[in-house]
Amino acid sequence: MPVWQQLFDGLKSERFMIVAVAEESRGAEHARQWIEQAKAEYWCLIDEDHRVADLYGMVNVPQAVWIDATGRIVRPPETAGSTDHFRLMDLATRTLAPEHQAARQAARSAYLDAVRDWVLTGQHALPNDAARDALPRITPVIALAQAHFRLGVWLRRHGNIGGGDAHLAEASRLHPDSWNIWRQAADLDEVGKASGEAFWQRVQTLGDKPYYPPPDLR
Amino acid sequence: MAIVLNDTGETTVAATDGLWLSADDALRATGWTLKPEGMCQADVCVPLHADAVRHGRLDVAAFWQLLGRPVVHDSANETWVLGAGADQRNAALAGLIAPDFTLPDLAGAPHTLSALRGNKVFLSTWASW
Repeated sequence: MPVWQQLFDGLKSERFMIVAVAEESRGAEHARQWIEQAKAEYWCLIDEDHRVADLYGMVNVPQAVWIDATGRIVRPPETAGSTDHFRLMDLATRTLAPEHQAARQAARSAYLDAVRDWVLTGQHALPNDAARDALPRITPVIALAQAHFRLGVWLRRHGNIGGGDAHLAEASRLHPDSWNIWRQAADLDEVGKASGEAFWQRVQTLGDKPYYPPPDLR
Repeated sequence: MAIVLNDTGETTVAATDGLWLSADDALRATGWTLKPEGMCQADVCVPLHADAVRHGRLDVAAFWQLLGRPVVHDSANETWVLGAGADQRNAALAGLIAPDFTLPDLAGAPHTLSALRGNKVFLSTWASW
């Protein structure tokens, strides 16, 4: 959030807006402190049902979409500045070696620079064919998973915890690639669980596959 | 009574035997209108099986599945989700016009993405978890 405010600060004279959507089924109060600490002047929206992830086929946070002034998607969902360096962390001390910290910071800066270049010069915007090729493919099973997720969040919000959890678990079983679904369900079960032991075990099962696929910003 | 969650919100309907609804409730739940030729929306009509309509009521869950769209419900049949189909989501994305949405800010005030036309938009997700 603070880095997006820095990005926004430098682009205020442009016709540009940041829309930061909190995928937050526990509701606005769980997002409030981060938004207020960032002193965000851009749009900060609360998405309890993960509607944006559903509409755009997003599976993790942070993922971003770049939209031009005509409303056209010029970069489909992709990792927005985060990297897999966290997987190299020493879990006992929760620390990351300095060279990995530096590499992580460099990747984040490169991504933010790319956003800035796009706003100022149009660089990095994909032509239609390339944008279409990079779109996520929504399968009928993913659409079914989204329906289970919606119902699970709704049931929990209305006090049916057990019923809600069953639908959230089914959503995650059907759409295992969605970290959003799995981690949101874990967070609803217990705050902190989304980054607890079960999360690290799930990350390990990725093996050589990335948790945050790096964006192709040539 | 049952609650139907659809792609635009939620609505309360008088359901029997699962999700059998009157034509009026079916319209509110689905956006499709029951006509002699089937269920119709804009200039599209989908023919229904002969046993899908009884005494002016229709099996909306079966209709939704006929469209190839997901139907899920709670164990008490009190809350239903009529989800968007994969084909709908893919078609919207393939058009490359950013799918529109309206969401509240911290104070509850609604904001609609398409109101930002004329600006470049960096749409990013995040979470506290």
